[in-house]
Order: sequence, then structure tokens, then C-alpha cells
Amino acid sequence: MPAKVFDRELKKGSAELLILSLLQHSPRHGYEINKLIETRSAGVLRFNVASFYPLLYRLEGRGLIEGRWVEKAGQRRRRYYRLTTSGKKMLKEQRSIWAEFVNAIHQITEAEHA
Amino acid sequence: MPDWSKEIASYLDSLNLDPPREAEIIDELNQHLNDRYNELLSEGASPEQARATVRAELSGGELAAALRPILRVTPHAYPPGQNEPSANFFAGLWKDLRHGARLLRLNPGFAAIAILSLTLGIGANSAIFQLLDSVRLRTLPVHDPQSLADVRIVHNPFGRSGSFRSNNPQLTNAIWEQLRDHQQAFSSIAAWYGERLNLAHGGEARYARGLIVSGSFFDVLQIHPQQGRLLSSTDDYPGCGSSAAVISYPFWQREFGGRPLASDTKISLEGHPFQIVGITPPSFFGVEVGRAFDVAIPLCAEPIVNGPSSMLQDHRMWFLDAVGRLKPGWTLDRASAQLSAISPGVFQAALPPNYSDTNRQHFLSFKLGALSASCGVSSLRREYETPLYLLMGISGLVLLIACFNLANLMLARASARRREMAVRLALGASRARLARQLLAESLLIATAGAVCGVVLAQLLSRFMVSFLSTGQTPIFVDLAPDWLFLAFTVSLAVITCILFGLAPALQAAHTAPNEAMKAGGRGQTASRERFGLRRSLVVCQVGISLVLLVGALLFVRTFRNLLSVDPGFQQDNILVTDIDLSPVNLPAAMRTEYKHDLLQHIRAVPGVAAAADVRNVPLTGSFWNEEVTVPRTNIQRKVTNFNQVTPGYFDTMHTRILSGRDFNDQDTAATTPKAIVTEAFSRRYLDGADPVGRTFDLVQESDEPVRTYEIIGMVQNSKYIDLRENFDPIIYGAEAQSTEPDTGQAVIIRSDGDITSLIPSIRAAIGQVDPSLVIQFQVFKTSIREGLIRERLMATLSGFFGLLAATLAMMGLYGVISYMVIRRRTELGIRIALGANRSQILGLIMREAATLLGIGLLVGLVPAILLGATARSLLFELRPTDALTLAIAIATLAAPAILASFIPAQRAAHADPMRALREE
Repeated sequence: MPAKVFDRELKKGSAELLILSLLQHSPRHGYEINKLIETRSAGVLRFNVASFYPLLYRLEGRGLIEGRWVEKAGQRRRRYYRLTTSGKKMLKEQRSIWAEFVNAIHQITEAEHA
Repeated sequence: MPDWSKEIASYLDSLNLDPPREAEIIDELNQHLNDRYNELLSEGASPEQARATVRAELSGGELAAALRPILRVTPHAYPPGQNEPSANFFAGLWKDLRHGARLLRLNPGFAAIAILSLTLGIGANSAIFQLLDSVRLRTLPVHDPQSLADVRIVHNPFGRSGSFRSNNPQLTNAIWEQLRDHQQAFSSIAAWYGERLNLAHGGEARYARGLIVSGSFFDVLQIHPQQGRLLSSTDDYPGCGSSAAVISYPFWQREFGGRPLASDTKISLEGHPFQIVGITPPSFFGVEVGRAFDVAIPLCAEPIVNGPSSMLQDHRMWFLDAVGRLKPGWTLDRASAQLSAISPGVFQAALPPNYSDTNRQHFLSFKLGALSASCGVSSLRREYETPLYLLMGISGLVLLIACFNLANLMLARASARRREMAVRLALGASRARLARQLLAESLLIATAGAVCGVVLAQLLSRFMVSFLSTGQTPIFVDLAPDWLFLAFTVSLAVITCILFGLAPALQAAHTAPNEAMKAGGRGQTASRERFGLRRSLVVCQVGISLVLLVGALLFVRTFRNLLSVDPGFQQDNILVTDIDLSPVNLPAAMRTEYKHDLLQHIRAVPGVAAAADVRNVPLTGSFWNEEVTVPRTNIQRKVTNFNQVTPGYFDTMHTRILSGRDFNDQDTAATTPKAIVTEAFSRRYLDGADPVGRTFDLVQESDEPVRTYEIIGMVQNSKYIDLRENFDPIIYGAEAQSTEPDTGQAVIIRSDGDITSLIPSIRAAIGQVDPSLVIQFQVFKTSIREGLIRERLMATLSGFFGLLAATLAMMGLYGVISYMVIRRRTELGIRIALGANRSQILGLIMREAATLLGIGLLVGLVPAILLGATARSLLFELRPTDALTLAIAIATLAAPAILASFIPAQRAAHADPMRALREE
């Protein structure tokens, strides 16, 4: 993997990777995704509304996720997002890049530590 | 629960999002903020605290900045329900084009008629423009053509005297040599002329198009050889003999199959071997537009190819044209001034020695000048410029009619779609948008018409060139489409699109929705104005068609008049045989007897009914005149046509001898010169008296004695130079009495059967005398017809355009009357129900048709007469206001048009009134 890709993915991609991962198994609405990121990272990662939705719309604009209004009985309509085919492909790629990256960091930091 | 929508909206405002998207985002974010607010409350915050936290998290400025690069932003806000504003007029054009294409596909009949009529119109215009472009506008394919100049006599109020040969006989060789030595305006200057050169050794001639050039010719034009070298000054020196020749690229391909030439490859020209030294590049065709060359040889070789009739030493022989390249900084005006300044010296030095006093004075007053030669020179251009511009005008009018027809069809369609337009207007579409959609449809039709038109133009222009080419004078023009041609066609397409598409588009834009929604209602008064427009279009069509039909008839009748005019001799079953005696190398004194012997051999061929020699075969363009003085009359030095024949010529040509006798074998060089004159001679010069027994004097140049002729006979009038001329006096001399018999012989042969079947036996008979004699055959009638090509072209094309125009006008009238019948169905039904009989209904409709036709004919009458006046010079025995022509044109237009209106009228008259009323 070329170094340039690493660089770009690191700057912008981590948040996108989180969103794509959370949509892997079921469609979710914006608030739910945001809440899951916060709880699963035990409050370490938090996005406010002004930075989160632009991220979501960007992913949608690139065709990686797809939003759809869904009305359920007794609830207000909500916009649910799900992964598209290219979103699934992208998630797979990003995961392996991320794993490689973490592994590399780990080897360096562990080596120094030992 | 607080509502955050307004707050969010205020942040998004600056983005100018498209309204539905903006509403979605507000909805989504509003929910998110409410969820967050509830979460804060459940965690124990007070409503005020929760609200403040949420508001802080919204931090709107950041939101807008982050969204701006992600979401599509429209330049201006516009209220929902309306189309995008005018600044974005072209957005969605593709959609309109696709929609238009779909509509055309659903209506293949309309699409086919529309595209076909535009194809014909645009194709015809483009083809004629293409020809004009290649003979008139295109520059020569040489380096810097703008600095080339044609040098010729620009001031000659009295005309030139002498003999003229070649297509551009501007200078004599003596003038050329003086010009070459004394001019200062050109960095280099060259002389040239075109002449066909025989490639065959004896027997039937096979000609190449020769270019005889001074050594500097290729240097002036800055042409570089494709292979070998080109002619230069070292090839052109007095007495060079048959030295070097350069061939053109197409000739190389044709004659040598494009094989590399060996250094000693030779070519036989007029029986002399010339060594081929090089090949010109493919793009170079010479400097004469319309005639490409095959072989170029140096000017010094002219005495070799022309033998004893060489023109170089003849001061009275005009045959050369000069082309020069201006020195840097020199203009045509400055060059002309310099040439004018050296003219007295040039003409003094080149003065023919035996000129009469008058001729000498005229000659010395000539002035040379420089004209632009960037587009080359062309006799084709002189001959066809007016007809081509006229044809261009005619085809332009045809295109105009086609546009009017299309406009009418589109208006009819627009009327049928009024409801659709009204619905769309009511739903919020802008008028501009509707107009644009109709224009998109027109644009599609115009583009399809233009594309097909370009293809048609290629075929048509090639057809016209092959039409104008004859065996004797093949025409070469470069018809490869250039940017000028493409620009012309594209502009035509745009103009036609506007012409036929704009009116319906504007009309659609002005649909009043509430009126249109009531379509089919009884009143229908709102469409009166629109219908008026369609009627005006038909009136214009009829008018223009009349103009075109009158023009067509004038040209067709001119052509017919020329074909049926009696030239004073028989044209059928006559073969002209040109024999070149120069390979035999006879001394002048023996030529007359030799020719007589040849003639006897030809006369003896079975099937030959009669044969005779003539110096200039009539109607082939060559002629000869002399100044004649008739004693005891006031006819002094009158320029009169002259020809020379052998006994039996008038019998061969079936020209009647009105009084006196024909020449006979006793009329020889030893007896007094005899002459036979035409009836016109007697009428013009002798007040109609019998000329037999009278004499006249031939005025010679100053150093020759006057020659007195005795008139021994009078024959009926005949044409000499061309069919259009009046019957002018002609004097025939006896060939046996000629003072300078030449090496050419033209034999006129008449047969009672098929003349061409005699060619092999005549060739054999001549071959028996000497196989090295060069022969060329030409069927007399064919060569006369070839002289009428211009007239035939005008008659054929204008006839075609005229009929096309009449057909289109008829279709237009039919369309309008049909539409009117449908529109007034209710009214007609009521009339019939109230007791009107069928013939009254028929009369009502036919009156309408007749009115439209009548107004159209009246409108077209004056321009028709004006067109005739413009083309006056091309007419023969016809006045532009010829009543018969006008009557035929009107009848040709009116009869089918009335018939075309009769069909819908008949339908209306036989309609079932109950059905018509029920349909409402």
C-alpha cells in the first residue's frame, strides 16, 4: 500500500471507517450511529451535530451509504442509512489498511517498550 | 419539545440549497437535536440547560462551512414550484433534446417530411456554395498565395488585334520578354499557357493537359518536388529542343502506376521524346482553377511541339499569362504603378512590325497592371460565376419555402399541443422553458437536415462537376470540404432552425392557459390570429414558387430555343475529323495538294455521303475575321467573319446555295481570289442586291498588298461562333486559294446512316496515306451540345428547383385548407344542417383556397419579372416578361394547388353534419 494512501486515510478516514462499520449489519439513523460511536468508545470519541452530519452526507455523496426515510407505526419518520455495494467494498479495504497501520504502530511501540 | 427548524434554516440559508433537499436536512437535524435534548433531560439537566447545550453543539457557522463543499449549491434561490431561473437557461437542454427526439420518433411521418425537405434545401445550397467556394473563394495551394499577382493589360479601350490561343491569352511572347527584363515589382515572375499535348505516335491522338512554362514558374509559386526536381531557369534557354518535362502527381499515378521513375524515363509529346525530371506534389494542380495539368515543359520547347506554327516569334499571337511574386513590402497598387510606368517602353519594343497605323496606335496605348492571383486564374470562373450565384439564389429560395412549409407544419402541431402547453404553464413551467423545448425540437430537425444535407451536397457538387466536364475540356476542381463550407452549412442550419422554429416556439410561449384548456370549444376565435400567420406563410410560399417557376421556365425555354434554332446547316450525322499533318513535314507549297488527296481517300470510304474541308468548324469556338472594304458602298474596313472551305462544303453541310455557284477545282491559287458570301452580307453591305459578280477588298497589314475577291455565290445564313449570335455576314474563301496553307486539316464528313460506325474505316483510309498522321474524331452534334452545357445546367437545376418549390407550395396549401376544414367542422356542420347544399360548402372552401393562391401569385409576379431581368444575359430569344412563360408558370402552380385544396373541400362538403355536431 503506498504511503500516500495511508496518509489520506489517517487524516480523514477514521471517522468514516467508524460509520461504515456501524452500518455493516443493519441500517441505522444518524442519532443512533452517533450514540453508538460515543458509547462503544466509552466516551473517547464524540461528534457533535455540526461535524457529524457533513460526514454522513459526504459518504452518501460518494455513494458509499444510502439514506432513506422510513415511517414506523407510532413513530415519527426517520432517515435510515445503509451500506451500498461500493460501501461494503470500501469498508473491507479500509479495515485491512487500518489493521496494517495499527499492526505497524504496535510493532514499533512494543519493540521500543521491550 | 423545542423546534429547532428555524435555527437550522437560518444557518443553511447562505447555502442556497435546492428547496426539497434543504427541507430534508432541516427535518433530519431537527430530530437529532430533539433526541439529544431528551437525552440531556433524562440525564437530569433542566430544560434551559439542555436547550443551551444543544444550541452550543449546533454551532451553526461550522455546520454551513462543512456542508458547503459537500452539497450541490444553486446560484440563486427561487421559490418552489417554479423552474430554474433564466441565468441557467441552458441547464437541462439535453433533457429537452431527448424529449424532442422522442416526440419525433413518435411522429415518423412528420419527421421524415421535415428532414427530407431540409436535406434537399440545405444540400442544394451547400453544393452550389461548395462549387462557388472552389472556383471563386479558395486560394491556390501554394506558399503565401496572397503575394502572387497576375500581370495583364489593364487599359485597352480599343481591344487587341491579332490571334488568340489558350484559355488566358493575356500577352505575346515579345511583351513577356520585355516585361521579364524590365519589371521591378516582383522578386520573380513567370509566364505560362496551357495547351493539350499529344502522347500518341501517329494514329488517333491521345492528349495530356500540357502546361508550357517559363523556367521561373515553379520558383515563383515556391513548389517543391514530390520526386526528382522541377523545371528551373537552366531548363529554359533559346533552342533548348525537347529537353526536360515535369509531370503532375495524378498523371504519375495514372500513367506510371506511381512507380518510382528511372533517371532516363522519357515521355513522348507531339512525337518528341522529353525526359521526365520530376513530379509535382499531389496538392498542386497549376494556377488555373478548373483545369489541372498533366505535363509541364519549358517555354523554349514550344517551337518543338508547335513546329512551323510556333508562337514565340509571332508578335501578333496572344497566348501567354504572367504570374509574379511581389517583393516584400510591395502592394498590388505599387506594382501596378511601376508596370504602368514601364508600359510605353515595353509595348514600343514588342510592337508587331507589320501592324496597320490604327493598330499600332492602339497597341502603344496599352498599360500593364497587377491583379491579385491568390485564387489563381480561371476561365471557368468567368463563365460560371453569374450562373452559380443565380443558382445559389434559387436554391436559397427553395430552402426558404421548405422553412415556411416546416413552420406551417410546426404551427399545426403546436396548435394540437396547446392543451399540453396550457397544462404545463398551469403547473408552473415558465414560458421561456416551453419555447426552448419547441426550439430544441426544431434544432434536432435542422441538425439532421444539415447532416444529411452535407452528404447530399457532396454527391450533388460532384454530379454538377461531371455535368460540366466534357471529353474535350475535362474540369478539375478541388471539392474537399473546407472550414468555409462547413461554416456555411452550420449557419444555414441555424438560420433555418430560427426561420421555422421561432414562430411556433413564440406561439407556445404565448399560450393563454385558460383559453387553451377550453380547446375544442365552439368559439375558437382566439386562434384567428395564429391562423392568419399560417395563411401568410402559404401566400409567401406560392409567391416564391411563382418566382422560381418563372425562372425555371425561362431557362428551360432558352435551352429549347437554342436546341431548335436553325443554324443554317445540318447538325445530325456529321463527323468532324481533325488531321494533324505536321509529322509528315511537308513544305507549305505541297500541303494543299496533299490535303486534297487525303480528302479524296475519305470520300471513297463506303458509307460517306459527302466530305469537305473547312478552316474553322462552326460552333466550336474557333473563328477568324478580316477587315473588308466593299467598293461603291460606304462599307470601309468593316470587321467581317471569314472562313475557308473546299468545294462540296455547302453540299456536305446542307447549306443552300441561293445564287451563283459553289467553288470548283478551277479555283486555284493561280486564278483571281473567289468568295462565297451569306445572305446577311448582301443585306447588310449591298442593301439586299445579288452579290454575285461584285467584288470586295481584304484590308491587309501595312506591308501586304490589298487582295480583291470576286463574289461567285451566295448561301443561306448560318451561325459561326455560337448559337446565340445573330446571323452576321460570313465570307467563305476557297482553301485551294489560301496563301498560307497550314498543317492542320478539319474534314467534315456526312453519312446517311450512323456516323460513328464509319470511324474505323475512315481511320484506315487516312492511315493508308500515312500512318504517322495524327487524327481526332468528334461527332459534330455532340460538340455543339457540349457548347450548351451552361444552358443545360441552368435548365436542369432551375427546372428541378422550380418543381420542388411548386410541390412544397402545393403541400402547404393542402395543409392549410385541411386544417381550416377541421377547424370549421362545427360551423360547416351547422351550415349543412340549416340547409346549405354541398356545392355551396365546396364553393366556400374553394374560394378560400383561390384567395390564398391569387394573393400569392400577385405577390410573386413582380419579383418573378425582376429575376428574369437579372438573368437577361443568360436568356435566348426570350424577354424576361414573356407572357407565355408567365402563363405557363401560373397554370403549373395553380392547377395542382386547386386540385390539392379540392380534396379537403370535397371531404368537408360530404361530411355528416350530425357527426360533426356530436363530436363537439
